[in-house]
Amino acid sequence: MNETVQPGFVPIEALTGPRGREYWRSLDDRDAAYTPEENEQFSEEGVAVSEASRRRFLSLMAGSLALAGVTGCTRQPTETILPYVDPPENVIPGKPKYYATAAPVNGVAEGVIVESHLGRPTKVEGNPDHPANLGATSVHSQACLMDLYDPDRSREILKLGVPQTWDAFQIAWEHAIGPLAARNGAGFRILTETIVSPTLGAQIQALLKKYPGAQWHQYDPAGSHSARAASMAAFGKSINTYYNFATADIVLSLDADFLACGRASTRYAHDFAARRRQGDRLDMNRLYVVESTMTATGGKADHRLGLPYSQIEAFAAELASQLSIPGGASGSQYGFWTTRVARDLQAHKGASVVITGEHQSPAVHAYVHAINETLGNVGKTVIYTAPLEEQPVDQIASLRQLVDDMKAGRVEVLLILGGNPVYNAPVDFQFADALNHVKTSIHTGLHFNETALKTTWHLPETHFLEDWGDARAFDGTVSITQPLIAPLYDGSHSQLQLLDALIAFPGRTPYEIVRSYWGANSGAGNFEQWWRKSVHDGMIANSALPAITLAVAKNVVRTAAAAAPNDSSMEISFRPDVYMYDGRFANNMWLQELPHPMTKLTWDNAIYLSPNTAAHLGFENQQHVELQLHGRTVWGSVWILPGQPDSTATVELGWGRWHSGRAGNGAGFNAYAVRTSDALWSANGVQFRKLANPYPLASTQMQQYMEGRQVIIENTVDYYKRNPGFVPKAEHEPEENLTLYPHWDYRGYAWSMNIDLTACVNCQACVVACQAENNIAVVGKEQVLARRAMHWLRIDTYYKGVPGNPTAHYAPIPCMQCENAPCELVCPVQATNHSKDGLNDMIYNRCVGTRYCSNNCPWKVRRFNFLLFQDWTTETWKMQRNPDVSVRSRGVMEKCTYCVQRIREAEITSQDENRFIRDGEVKTACQQACPTQAIVFGDKNNPNNRVSKLKAEKLNYHMFAELNTRPRTSYLAELRNPNPEFEPGAAS
Amino acid sequence: MMAPVEERQRHAARELDPNNPLPVVAPSTTFETVSEQISSIVLTRKTPLFWWCCFGFGIFLLIWFAIAVTYLLGKGVGIWGIEIPNGWGFAITNFVWWIGIGHAGTLISAILLLLNQSWRNSINRFAEAMTIFAVMCAGLFPLLHLGRSWIFYWVFPYPNTMTVQPNFRSPLVWDVFAVSTYFTISVLFWYLGMIPDLAMFRDRAVERWKKAIYGIMCFGWRGASHEWKWHQSASLLLAGLATPLVLSVHTVVSFDFTIAILPGWHSTIFPPYFVAGAIYSGFAMVVVLAIPLRSVYGLHNLLTVRHLNNCGKLMLATGLVLAYTYCIEPFTAWYSGNEFEMAVVRNRAFGPQAWSFWGVILLNVIIPQGLWFYKVRVKPQPLFFMGCVVLVGMWLERYMIIVTSLGRDFLPSSWATFVATFWDNATLYGSVGLFITLFMLFVRFLPMVPVAEVRELLPFSKPGGGTEK
Repeated sequence: MNETVQPGFVPIEALTGPRGREYWRSLDDRDAAYTPEENEQFSEEGVAVSEASRRRFLSLMAGSLALAGVTGCTRQPTETILPYVDPPENVIPGKPKYYATAAPVNGVAEGVIVESHLGRPTKVEGNPDHPANLGATSVHSQACLMDLYDPDRSREILKLGVPQTWDAFQIAWEHAIGPLAARNGAGFRILTETIVSPTLGAQIQALLKKYPGAQWHQYDPAGSHSARAASMAAFGKSINTYYNFATADIVLSLDADFLACGRASTRYAHDFAARRRQGDRLDMNRLYVVESTMTATGGKADHRLGLPYSQIEAFAAELASQLSIPGGASGSQYGFWTTRVARDLQAHKGASVVITGEHQSPAVHAYVHAINETLGNVGKTVIYTAPLEEQPVDQIASLRQLVDDMKAGRVEVLLILGGNPVYNAPVDFQFADALNHVKTSIHTGLHFNETALKTTWHLPETHFLEDWGDARAFDGTVSITQPLIAPLYDGSHSQLQLLDALIAFPGRTPYEIVRSYWGANSGAGNFEQWWRKSVHDGMIANSALPAITLAVAKNVVRTAAAAAPNDSSMEISFRPDVYMYDGRFANNMWLQELPHPMTKLTWDNAIYLSPNTAAHLGFENQQHVELQLHGRTVWGSVWILPGQPDSTATVELGWGRWHSGRAGNGAGFNAYAVRTSDALWSANGVQFRKLANPYPLASTQMQQYMEGRQVIIENTVDYYKRNPGFVPKAEHEPEENLTLYPHWDYRGYAWSMNIDLTACVNCQACVVACQAENNIAVVGKEQVLARRAMHWLRIDTYYKGVPGNPTAHYAPIPCMQCENAPCELVCPVQATNHSKDGLNDMIYNRCVGTRYCSNNCPWKVRRFNFLLFQDWTTETWKMQRNPDVSVRSRGVMEKCTYCVQRIREAEITSQDENRFIRDGEVKTACQQACPTQAIVFGDKNNPNNRVSKLKAEKLNYHMFAELNTRPRTSYLAELRNPNPEFEPGAAS
Repeated sequence: MMAPVEERQRHAARELDPNNPLPVVAPSTTFETVSEQISSIVLTRKTPLFWWCCFGFGIFLLIWFAIAVTYLLGKGVGIWGIEIPNGWGFAITNFVWWIGIGHAGTLISAILLLLNQSWRNSINRFAEAMTIFAVMCAGLFPLLHLGRSWIFYWVFPYPNTMTVQPNFRSPLVWDVFAVSTYFTISVLFWYLGMIPDLAMFRDRAVERWKKAIYGIMCFGWRGASHEWKWHQSASLLLAGLATPLVLSVHTVVSFDFTIAILPGWHSTIFPPYFVAGAIYSGFAMVVVLAIPLRSVYGLHNLLTVRHLNNCGKLMLATGLVLAYTYCIEPFTAWYSGNEFEMAVVRNRAFGPQAWSFWGVILLNVIIPQGLWFYKVRVKPQPLFFMGCVVLVGMWLERYMIIVTSLGRDFLPSSWATFVATFWDNATLYGSVGLFITLFMLFVRFLPMVPVAEVRELLPFSKPGGGTEK
């Protein structure tokens, strides 16, 4: 017992012996028993002190003191461990829980199921029952966690930048509204975005009831302004239109990117792809796209025509005339196209869809209504319902009126519920200046943004994952959103809560507000049961708005439009960004670094020009220019986009924020700076001036041509019918025994993946899903420029054909998980190994970082932590991380694992239940997010599994099979269904 | 030690006459003068200004190296220009370059010894020193290029609690063995040869402390005949061990590339190609070092025109082997019908980094054709220039092989062009600084010409010697 031990090491007896306390709660606690008696361990010598010399005493003392100091160094930080007295029911650390809620995407709700680890939401999946996505997710709902955990979120109530309390705000509110109350609230205005929440709508109405003189204005920069104008003209009222692509044989898109962005794109992509696969792909639908820039949907088209924004209307008019719609122009500018498309559409009456983009002109929307009606699509593939909005208004007029009133001093109290009008209102409104005329302006929002900078009060909002609420989906289905986590910041309130407090201080909790609203409006017999079911399911059953039948008013289509504006100057068109939307996601790092589908640009928007136009103007790619439009200017870099119509420029809105936070500030340029209320989506007369200072753009794919290599194998359905075995196989794949190394024997599972290139629409949801699931770091623009983006899964976009009007091809590239893996061979330290079920496992802890594996990977899917890319310090981001996946640090290689953590989890579950893993039980994150179900994953050892069947298809091929790496990821060759009449020489 | 002016002129006239057989050692050299000449450099003569300049320059670069490495370890390999797909850049280029430079030393000391090429005797010492310092520089790079350099020892098969061993299928592990063996043998061989000379220094040193240090370093060498006997056998034995290394080390280094399936790397021609390239650059470094040393320290009598001529010839021969492989590579690519291989050839010649390819052709093939001329081989200035050209050319060749293959491989979507950063250059030039510093210390404190072996060349050492011819 008296043996001398080194300080810091406590012998086992010391822990278990009778001395000291028997149990210790922490190392701290344990050390406390020993700290003062450090020299007790030296007691033998200690006894000797009395007998020894003074010198020996001193040396022992010195030693003891030094050792006492050493123990001080090893002290653990004080931490309190509190065990559960009553453990919460069903909470098992390590086992996540899932809750249904709904994410606001493009202004409408998308049903999601959120994974929660010990109270932290860590991953968003689609709600399989929800009509908006049927289990898949859009990019935005995947990325919403980055907004929740955004460290730049607004945290406290501020008055002119000074922190205030909720009570202080209430007092100030009373003070401000008091004088107005006498005048029925005249001078009090509310500015909101488009409201699709029934409860919030009711709240606003209640507030307006309290102050009848007040007015409610709405403004959404990317809202459906044209659609509303067209429906007012065609039907005399606002309606909501949605489409059923599942039964559409022919789809004509007039400038709508309906597969990759916009309302309900997740559902549309799902239905479209399902229809594309119909009848073993032999009965494929056909997609015509006429568009003003190159979009993911356009790249998917069987026939694509790039037209300037302004010409789309002429095209629609010509088509209408071909379909004998009165008012259609009988021009023949696009006769080759319109005759054939019209014929094809007429041959599929009631089974076709003509769709146009939200940003297209009201005239085109009107044509589309007329064409769909003529084709008998209404009620079948095109469904009209009552509007989703609580109060549909002409938002531009609404905002114009507000601004005029503000400038005239008629607005004393302005409540801006969400939104960012200072940044995104039409520039001619000069909203920021108008705000100076308002005595008390109150802004609420997730971020202290540009508008908050200009208002007197700023109130932080809660994120939708933090609070109760409700919202409608694209078809009107209402979801009750439930919180996954208590608000991260005490100062934040939801819009519901704020309005309730304004109606009657101190107001109710959001839970009470939502519950009481539905208590009154559910119409359910057993409300409690109804409530529980609705919250649990993530949506209210059968709440979709009923389809209505309407007739298009006569002469709604204008005849004048057919003549093309004879303007030789260049045209510019604006559209909401695929990821930033109207700019609200600017501080979302996942979205900032998500490559744009067609350009693969990250961290920036660009001015898209066609190759011809760029050559004509003398611009290289990435030329930094000044864009001038009617005296207003903005600086941006040019990106030469194949497929962009000549003499047009397209820019995306939502960039160039100057007060969004660490990610969004300064990323891209602000196209709102040249966007006026009379030319919301397109304008003529844009000019460019070269700038000397370079502004490089960070694209993740610099080479977008296949160089004649068999990367993506594609052909037409007709060709496939005639040559079912056109996909090269036998002659390309070397014999299996052509390797020196012994074969792997997969006795249990053999995980493998199949990706259907016909189905992939390049929406990039899989890429964000992978990033969220696997704790993939965001590296920033500089590092993307240095080609060090970390995405494990990427979607390669290739162009084929003439640069002016190419076809685009998409290939999601995860790890191929080769059986003869070139990476495994060359690692000197065995950090990457073959698992028993055929995965190329990466052992991060073993990796020394030679990068040899990456050099030897033909697909270059491995990603290396060249620097410390993971953020180890920001507290909120720590909460997002998936606890099942290691967080990689600097100097190690990482790559796609086929979501091995999900496989192992399923293995454990199946072993517990004494069964094999069922087909479809393990879904990789990319597969789960994919709207088109292009990605199928499973055990290929079982021939009855879906993946095995797909691999047995004739279209199945391995990319670079001739290298004999035997990839586990295979592809189904891409098929398209062009109209034979478009063939040169076919009878017209 | 300078020969009288007239004698030098006479000498020079003779040297430039190709019909006259060149002596390995100038006729005026005797047992006594050679000992005095070499030991005085270290023991008595004033350190020349040239040495201080070189040493200062070396130290300056070495400080940069220290800064670059410190920053590298603190921040990560991302300070370099490497990325995906170019996972390797300057570091591996530098590694292959340095290790190639080392090869000439071993070739001179081992192969030429076994081949009884007596002219090697006077240059082998500093050539071996060059080998060792070059291998030191080379060995640093694989360690530094690791993402986590501090666990470099995981590539060694040592017993550990993880019970994990290196992956013996990986060429990088073969590299570890090849390079460490090479270094060990080279150091042993070098030191063994130096022992009699160190003993001579001990004997000639005046200060006690110098005597003590050299005394310890020479392991008490007394020059007894049995000592010479053992020394001789040990030398031959080590020469025998080192000989295969000349061929094997660079062969293994070339496996780093050939084992990979990357087009442009996956080629069976690489081992002979790399060995030839290594000897090429090695002899280039020998002449670059020999020519200034010779003139600064007046070693014209020991490092004679014969040496320059022979080095020039070897450079010419190995350079032609390289030229042949440069021609054969496109041929095999074309003959294989492999689209990826052909794309690499096209890309090297006409891609974004075509300058590196044409630079290699210019520096390694075209300019060195001047070595066909006798006067270029024996005149110090042109030969020095050729040496510099080949050194740069061989560095560029490795750079070209690495980045043009990595940058554009199978899948076009991942293509990218490597761009070096400031820190890439700082590490490269820093390693040159390390080399210069070490070499200058060697020149200052150790016998740079093997006195004992040079004496063997003198007529006095032959039976019936002393009659000059």
